[in-house]
Amino acid sequence: MTAQSQAAAARADDVWKVYGTGEAGVTALRGVSLSVGRGRFTAIMGPSGSGKSTLMHCLAGLDTVTRGEVFVGDTRVSGLGDKALTRLRRDKIGFIFQQFNLLPTLTAEENIRLPLDIAGRKADPQWWDTVIATVGLADRLRHRPAQLSGGQQQRVACARALVGRPEVIFADEPTGNLDSRSGAEVLGFLRDSVRAHGQTIVMVTHDPVAASYADRVVFLADGALVSELDDPTAEDVLDTMKHLDVLVGAA
Amino acid sequence: MLRATLKSLLARKLRLVLSGLAVVLGVMFVSGSFVLTDTLSRSFDKVFGDVYALTDVGVSAAPKLDVGEMDGETAPATLPAAVVERVRAVPGVASATGLVAADGARVIGADGKVLQSFGPPRLGENWTGENELLQLRSGRGPQADDEIALNADAAARAGLAVGDSVGVLTLAPKQQFTLVGTFGYSGGRDSLGGSQEVMFTTPVAQRLMLGEPGVFTEITVTAADGVAPAELRDDIAAALGAGFQVRTGEQLAEDSAAGLQEGLSFFTRILLGFAAVALFVGIFLILNTFSIIVAQRTRELALLRALGANRRQVIGSVLVEALVIGFVAAILGLAAGVGAGAALAWAFGTFGAGGLQLAGVGLPMSAVVSAFAVGVVVTVVAAVLPAIRASRIPPVAALQEVATPDRPLTAISVAGALVTAAGGAGLALGMAQESLTLLFGGVLTVFIGVALLTPLVSRPVVGALGRLFAWSVPGRLGRLNSGRNPRRTAITAAALMVGIALVTGVTVVMDSAKSSLAAQAEDAIKAEVMISGEQTGPRPPTFDAAVLERAAAVPGVRAVAGVWNDVAEVGGELQYVNAADDLARLADVYGATAATGSLATLRPDQAVLSTDEAAERGLAVGATMTVQLAKGEERTYTVAGTYADGDLPGSILLPAAAAADFGIAQPVLGFVRLADGATVASVLPAVSALVADSPEVSAIDRSAFIEQQTAGFDQVITMIQILLGLAILIAVLGVVNTLALSVLERTRELGLLRAVGLGRAQTMRMITVEAVVIAVFGALLGVVVGAGLGWAMVEGLSSEGIDKLVLPWQQMGVYLGLAALVGVVAAVVPSIRAARLNVLGAIAHE
Ligand SMILES: Nc1ncnc2c1ncn2[C@@H]1O[C@H](COP(=O)(O)OP(=O)(O)OP(=O)(O)O)[C@@H](O)[C@H]1O
Ligand SMILES: [Mg+2]
Repeated sequence: MTAQSQAAAARADDVWKVYGTGEAGVTALRGVSLSVGRGRFTAIMGPSGSGKSTLMHCLAGLDTVTRGEVFVGDTRVSGLGDKALTRLRRDKIGFIFQQFNLLPTLTAEENIRLPLDIAGRKADPQWWDTVIATVGLADRLRHRPAQLSGGQQQRVACARALVGRPEVIFADEPTGNLDSRSGAEVLGFLRDSVRAHGQTIVMVTHDPVAASYADRVVFLADGALVSELDDPTAEDVLDTMKHLDVLVGAA
Repeated sequence: MLRATLKSLLARKLRLVLSGLAVVLGVMFVSGSFVLTDTLSRSFDKVFGDVYALTDVGVSAAPKLDVGEMDGETAPATLPAAVVERVRAVPGVASATGLVAADGARVIGADGKVLQSFGPPRLGENWTGENELLQLRSGRGPQADDEIALNADAAARAGLAVGDSVGVLTLAPKQQFTLVGTFGYSGGRDSLGGSQEVMFTTPVAQRLMLGEPGVFTEITVTAADGVAPAELRDDIAAALGAGFQVRTGEQLAEDSAAGLQEGLSFFTRILLGFAAVALFVGIFLILNTFSIIVAQRTRELALLRALGANRRQVIGSVLVEALVIGFVAAILGLAAGVGAGAALAWAFGTFGAGGLQLAGVGLPMSAVVSAFAVGVVVTVVAAVLPAIRASRIPPVAALQEVATPDRPLTAISVAGALVTAAGGAGLALGMAQESLTLLFGGVLTVFIGVALLTPLVSRPVVGALGRLFAWSVPGRLGRLNSGRNPRRTAITAAALMVGIALVTGVTVVMDSAKSSLAAQAEDAIKAEVMISGEQTGPRPPTFDAAVLERAAAVPGVRAVAGVWNDVAEVGGELQYVNAADDLARLADVYGATAATGSLATLRPDQAVLSTDEAAERGLAVGATMTVQLAKGEERTYTVAGTYADGDLPGSILLPAAAAADFGIAQPVLGFVRLADGATVASVLPAVSALVADSPEVSAIDRSAFIEQQTAGFDQVITMIQILLGLAILIAVLGVVNTLALSVLERTRELGLLRAVGLGRAQTMRMITVEAVVIAVFGALLGVVVGAGLGWAMVEGLSSEGIDKLVLPWQQMGVYLGLAALVGVVAAVVPSIRAARLNVLGAIAHE
């Protein structure tokens, strides 16, 4: 158990999430337990409304859980106040959202530095160069988001998440708005940062191809974990998805 | 379409409240002004109605000068006692009583100071016994020449009781009387509209108030049973012949009220002027609100367009929203205005006029009409531009990311430059033609022009201002946000500019005038000690003329000159004139020399003028002019000399003999020039001792005198600061509004910032910096534009003797500091809202 928790970058223990109360209450998560391995690329999949985003938000400390516990690294997230949660997000977590990742008033470079600036930290120059080179934005750093394509914007968001070397990066459908080529580029960076630099990433996605970039895919259905695959191919993922109904019935 | 508009309106209550508030405040000011003056005017009507309730017909002499009580009437015309007998003999007259009533009976209170009045007259009258209106409260009426009675309010305020010895200043210097009675009026009133009334015996009243035995100011007549007042009036008028004013009691009440009405309507106009400024600022605020709303609703409006709504329907939908807001705001503003007007009337009645019994608060039609006209029109006018912009949104915008394109500022800047130039021209023309309307219009046009230019200047200036805060991440983000939408920042700042520019401009003019006058006085007046007092009411403070002679006898005094002052009709126009006891001595104490002619002691038929006055009247030495004083017949004076403006007090100086016919028969100023070797310190105490019996004045040195004479400027500045406070308050609301709407607009951004680790305190700091930058920018604009306007006015007034430009640096600094504070305050609510945003909800916000 100790060995496992040390290896886990983020962990959910029997997490329940109920929105609203009484009749109108929606149970989005029903007893999810999940351990995200350090230095691994984990994908969360499942049909729409299955609770993927909810799980991710709970893991990232953006949302509170109704029951159960969440850890990021050694920090117990459930029960933290706003100040501590803010510090946790700032220092240990990176985010990539589906859209609207960047502040329109800041240049690409300023956007990338933003979490570091807020924390009052300096970027490690070598790591900075590596990240910028990896996402291939060296000649775009002075541009504002409005002057960048959607794919470039997502790459800036990736760089921002990577540059602070957080404990874990959460990405909610990072390629949902991109065409397949730009999507493949972004996913490539994410995978490389895991393989080459030991970054931990949790990604929510709908897309079996996107999921195939991950080391491990977990499947959610109706708020519960129903299946998982290691080192999947797109076909494996698609197959599992097709059989989810059956799996839910079995569960 | 209408239903969609109303639904979206109700869905955004906050927006409704914020944009409506500016209109509510403006309408409140307008309708409050009307309610206040309506209440006061009806209250005064009632006072005059009561005063003349017992009079069927009143007879008075035609006045020498047509000066209303509010304009500083000083000496009423008089009737000989024989007229009373003639009136009494007219058939149908039941009784005819001669009355004496004149302003200028100043009671010295228990504290040794003259009981002040800030408007209502201080009447000296003859005691004619009690009647239905006037009833004794204690003691009795005056029977001996050294007895007086006082109205209860004046007695209470002076701290006097029956049996006390009371000093009273009248046409004669201070005399002591015994207070034998106090009286009040029907309805338990202690005064009529705040007037002070001192009752003497008839001979004493005639001597002290009119300066002549056996004359009255008015005859009050009651009609025999069955005789109509109007008939009796005509009979009496026929019996007396020309030279008399014969009016019924009703007419008298109306005429008296009309004089006051004029004063009140002047007061209303001033208040409305300030209300107009407040509304003008309100227009900026509403314009801005609607612009932001339209920008935020781009998608919604585009969707409507895509669904087939035409441009006119889109314009209509925005205007309907404005109409609803304007209408609701007008109702609320009217209610608030009635409240504010009633509260002010109450305050006026209680503190201002010593117990004016208020007529009930009414809702004058003018208040209702103006509230709706102003509220609705202002809102709709302010919404027209945003509505047109809304109609230009193409349907495809519904499908695109909301991005307000950065439209170029060239057109708006060119327009701004043109409008500013037009305003400047209006200003110059207004100054040249001395037209207040043109001047005011010019100033407002300049404001609009500058507001149009503001987006252009906002980029560099806001950038520079923001750099002050750029040392922290929230500071930098706040700075970037404030520079983000130049138009929005500009309008918000421009609203603040208007109030601050006006205050600054007025301060520049007043300070310049003050120090110009002070410098001129310092240069011109050789006298080292002055006898003078601070004027608070319409009547200047006076002192015993005998003081002048006695002061001349004080060791160390070289010469003393006295100056008398009153209103007179000169060549057919009313204007203030002075008289000197001895022109040669006055010229000596002032150190004045003649520009033309001579400044030797005037003969009784000679006068001297300032060069400007002479030029304006086209008079040269040797020419003549006619002067009608408050008393006596019209007289002709020959111009004996002229003097440069400011070399001697006033612009027309008459000989000593004329002072006898002044309504204010005592000197208002005394100048004491010291002999060589004497010091102010050695002479001042002796002169002070001489004026101990003239408590309205004191002996002061030159710097105190200059301070006293220019104190009025500071009062004007303070008053204008208070009145323009409302415009500034509305502008502050504008900052709050802009911030609140910006926070709403940037919800997702705030969510993102919070997600990547921006703390609550940092979020609040970011919004505060944005607010402070906008507010300081507005204040900076205001200070610069105000200084410019002030400078232009001072330039234009240089011919009036304002030759020094004084920029009130300290005040300007204070305004900037206050603006920063205003920014912090304005940011409180929006920043708390921003900090409280639920991070997840914000990110998911559409
Ligand atoms: N704030 C909320 N209030 C009430 N119910 C919510 C809320 N957020 C999510 N839900 C519900 O919780 C369930 C899980 O939602 P969640 O957003 O996690 O799904 P998802 O798997 O991310 O779906 P998608 O693939 O469509 O993004 C859904 O039934 C949803 O309706
Ligand atoms: Mg989701």
